[in-house]
Amino acid sequence: MGARPIAIEQLNLWYGALQTLKDVRVEIPARRVTAIIGPSGCGKTTLLRCINRMIDLVPGARVTGSVRLGDFQVYGRGVDVTAVRKRVGLVMQKPIPLPMSIFDNVAFGPRLYGTGGRKQLRETVEASLRVAGLWDEVKDRLKEPAGRLSLGQQQRLCLARGLAVEPEALLFDEPTSALDPISTVKFEHEVLKLKERYTCVIVTHNLQQAMRIADHVLFVYLGELVEHGTAHQVFTSPREAATASYLGSGI
Amino acid sequence: MLQRRHIHDYIARHAMLAATLFAGGLVIAIAVALYLRAHPLLASQSLAALLRGHTWAPSRGEFGFLPFIAGTLWVTAVAAALAVPVCLLAAVYLAEYAGPRVRAVVKPLIDVLAGIPSVVYGVWGLLVVVPYIAETLGPYAQRHWAHLPLLHTDYTTGFSILAGGVVLAIMISPAIIAIADEVLRAVPREYREAAQALGATRAETITRVVARKALPGLAAAVVLGLSRALGETMAVLMVVGNWPHVPTSIFDGAYPLPALIANNYGEMMSIPLYDAALLGAAFLLLVLVLAFNLLARVVLVRATREAV
Repeated sequence: MGARPIAIEQLNLWYGALQTLKDVRVEIPARRVTAIIGPSGCGKTTLLRCINRMIDLVPGARVTGSVRLGDFQVYGRGVDVTAVRKRVGLVMQKPIPLPMSIFDNVAFGPRLYGTGGRKQLRETVEASLRVAGLWDEVKDRLKEPAGRLSLGQQQRLCLARGLAVEPEALLFDEPTSALDPISTVKFEHEVLKLKERYTCVIVTHNLQQAMRIADHVLFVYLGELVEHGTAHQVFTSPREAATASYLGSGI
Repeated sequence: MLQRRHIHDYIARHAMLAATLFAGGLVIAIAVALYLRAHPLLASQSLAALLRGHTWAPSRGEFGFLPFIAGTLWVTAVAAALAVPVCLLAAVYLAEYAGPRVRAVVKPLIDVLAGIPSVVYGVWGLLVVVPYIAETLGPYAQRHWAHLPLLHTDYTTGFSILAGGVVLAIMISPAIIAIADEVLRAVPREYREAAQALGATRAETITRVVARKALPGLAAAVVLGLSRALGETMAVLMVVGNWPHVPTSIFDGAYPLPALIANNYGEMMSIPLYDAALLGAAFLLLVLVLAFNLLARVVLVRATREAV
């Protein structure tokens, strides 16, 4: 499984008559962290959820245009949504441990796809927990309910759970907004390690966080992709006035 | 002014406490009253003998409760076997799949089902279920199920455990469906998203995550339904045959505890100990329902601890 770049072309999204994404076109590079920033309600999360088609779950949402992962057409005809979700992992805003043990949480995805025997499953779980930086903290309590972990641990568990299905890209939807500062730093540290193997896209309200971990930045405003570029360029010399004003108010 | 508000607060709080104590105290008061009234019987015969006795012959002073306990459990078990799977599937459909329009039509219909008086169900059982079992299902079972346990029969009048179970199953369904539906809908959307984000299909999401998260509540829904089934009287006594013996097949008649009490209380009170025996039956029924709830509670607590 290699990391693949994500190509978004002419992406439009309507909720009923309301258009919330307008003609978004952008290439999101592989093995980099790309941050999506912008004010609340501008379509950041919506854009993120178009990439793994979680947007399909929203009643009344209609998407046109295309999203490609490498040469895989996410919105292609006859594409199995579950296959998309397997290729593109999602870590949500609030950590949601599934109502089962720590081990079963991580094994949840692999079990759906029926990969390998028990031994291989154990190896997958351990490897995923290691990559998520949680193994040492939970290796002696894998049978415990996942709900007993701290919030920060739960979020890394959710990350491990997503990693266990061997995705090609990882989406993060404000993954640290529910965490304390120390857990946040730890989580960011894991994300930085992950970009060596995955295409990482992170929605964040926290501009400092974007500066700390992002290589590329997309600035979304009122459903439009106003500006994108390397983090250095966007943060130090934004081309658009809207970007400058948002950055100015946020910093 | 402040003073008055504090007095108000004080009165409200204690009034609510009194109401709560009253409701809780009722159960204890009923249990104690039943026990005291049943006491003469217990004084004359050992509890074990009463519970194991097969013969119910009040005029000879024989009060064997076993047929009635067995009848209650059989009818409830049949009702559970029929109602629980269907109700849970219906609740899952309503909570997870049905669109707002389907819900808007089906939910009120199910609620109406809950409001139908039990005697109406009894009449329906008498006119529809009993004849169907006597004329169609019973003869079929005679020919084809003769060697099956629980399902064999030589002859059935239709007044049977099965008839009672069918009527009961329909009576307890609305409550089970309504509660199970609420419980499933109370599972936060994020759990469904978390599972689906990993590539789970809708069915996988429901069976592996939502149902699991809702397990304690679903169990509570079933327990509530079955508690009602244990005590339901009217509809059951109309179709169950009221034959005091220990059943071996669902085509046998039976005589559940509530029917025993309802049919006999008020008659033949001159027979010694009869009154005490019927109140003993009521006490037994109360104990049965309490024990069932307690057991369910223990199972629930364990399930919750494991699942979270």
